[in-house]
Amino acid sequence: MIEVKNLWKNYGENVVLEQLNVTVAEGDFITMVGSSGCGKSTFLNLLLGTEQLSRGELLINGKPIASEPGPERGIVFQQYSLFPHMTVLENIMAAKAFERKGFTGYLFGKAKREAKSAAEKLLKEVGLEHALKKYPHELSGGMKQRLAIAQALLGKPKILLLDEPFGALDPGIRAEMHQLVLNLWREHGLTIFMVTHDLKEGFYLGTRLWVFDKTRHDPQAPNAYGATITYDLPVSKNSNYENLLSLTK
Amino acid sequence: MKRLINLKPSKPLAFALGILPFFLIAVLYVINSNARLAENADDKLLPPVSKMADAIERLALEPSKRSGEYTFWIDTASSLKRLGLGVLCAAALGLLFGIFTGAIPLVKSGLSPFLTVISLIPPLALLPILFIVFGLGELSKVVLIVIGIFPFIARDIQRRAEEIPNEQLVKAQTLGANTSQIIVRVLLPQLMPKLIDSVRLSLGAGWLFLIAAEAIAATDGLGYRIFLVRRYLSMDVILPYVAWITLLAFIVDQLLALLNRKLYPWHSQGNR
Repeated sequence: MIEVKNLWKNYGENVVLEQLNVTVAEGDFITMVGSSGCGKSTFLNLLLGTEQLSRGELLINGKPIASEPGPERGIVFQQYSLFPHMTVLENIMAAKAFERKGFTGYLFGKAKREAKSAAEKLLKEVGLEHALKKYPHELSGGMKQRLAIAQALLGKPKILLLDEPFGALDPGIRAEMHQLVLNLWREHGLTIFMVTHDLKEGFYLGTRLWVFDKTRHDPQAPNAYGATITYDLPVSKNSNYENLLSLTK
Repeated sequence: MKRLINLKPSKPLAFALGILPFFLIAVLYVINSNARLAENADDKLLPPVSKMADAIERLALEPSKRSGEYTFWIDTASSLKRLGLGVLCAAALGLLFGIFTGAIPLVKSGLSPFLTVISLIPPLALLPILFIVFGLGELSKVVLIVIGIFPFIARDIQRRAEEIPNEQLVKAQTLGANTSQIIVRVLLPQLMPKLIDSVRLSLGAGWLFLIAAEAIAATDGLGYRIFLVRRYLSMDVILPYVAWITLLAFIVDQLLALLNRKLYPWHSQGNR
């Protein structure tokens, strides 16, 4: 369970998030929408641990969230999250090596053979078995993201953070990726937070949709007030999102 | 007629255009050399090509009457040894400094201002100190090359390390990697091709410091030779030596570029 209690985030005078109060149950799929610069990525970074909150509390199972990234929270970025100097297979095997304690992050002998066969099995599951020896720059956008998602799940995170993961993909590929994410979410019992610009995607994938917006405006000082969650909509899979769409307007 | 900026040469034309300046220089040289020689057959300033060939034949193919050694090859070997050793040490030191200042903010705060100041010291001004401290032997020449180019390599590698997208470092952390694993598996392999690029860029300076050191105190070496024969106005030796140094520099540069392509195929293409 994730609890957010009166959370504020500001950079000096510039308030980004204010008065955030929300509770997330395990297994929720939260999609976050809102205009650019309204703090949804900042909130994701707070969850990730790359940004620190200014005031309030952010608790995971009753404990304050770690102040640096760690294996309990997986992440898929829009781009750059693969290691460009490793082949597809090595990208997955490296993740296996990082799990273990050690100085170099390389695997040797038996551990290496085991990691290799496990990686090959996993890559088969996500449909990349024919691209084992390819480097990331040789993959299509969809294949890259598939690999990034597979890699992110290797740390066995309970929470998966997705930062506009499909923003750069073609619509057809996107639908494929939606199925992949939904399957993995159910299979692994993940709690997912996903930032998206696509409202339709947000309604389709999520069990809860959050809209980030500013409730207070000061025309003299546009940065004096931050954004918060203005709508927290439960989405059931059979509800008509068109109705909800009109509701948000 | 297309605009000039849209005209692209075909392959043979591009090759011909590339050769042209070299050809023009050669023709200019021969014309002027002939003109001077017509006035004074003993002119030393622009010797004929045949005389340069004689000089190199004497130095490269016949043992020296004094020492019995092949001067040209001894010079080449000595210079390449000094340059290679100096550049190798500078690259190793630069990589070490660069990777740690680039990856660890605490180390950066401690070393970055120091490195900036070091890089501002003109290395040649340190040469007398090096001669005093390390003597006139090989060590002082190698150390001059190291001091001359290592700050550049270190700062370049630091910048390159900082350029690696933060997303990769975050991703590695979410997979459970610790600091040393991130340095060894994520940063180091991506910085190796950058290091080779950096070495290629600093080789010019490396040659400069090598020749300067050899000119001042040495008993062999390409730089020593051209400064030695300058006393006798031996342009017939100096010009081929300069051409030879240039050729060596070109070959080393191309070999490093080839090495980069062979070892790091992911680097030259796409790069993401």
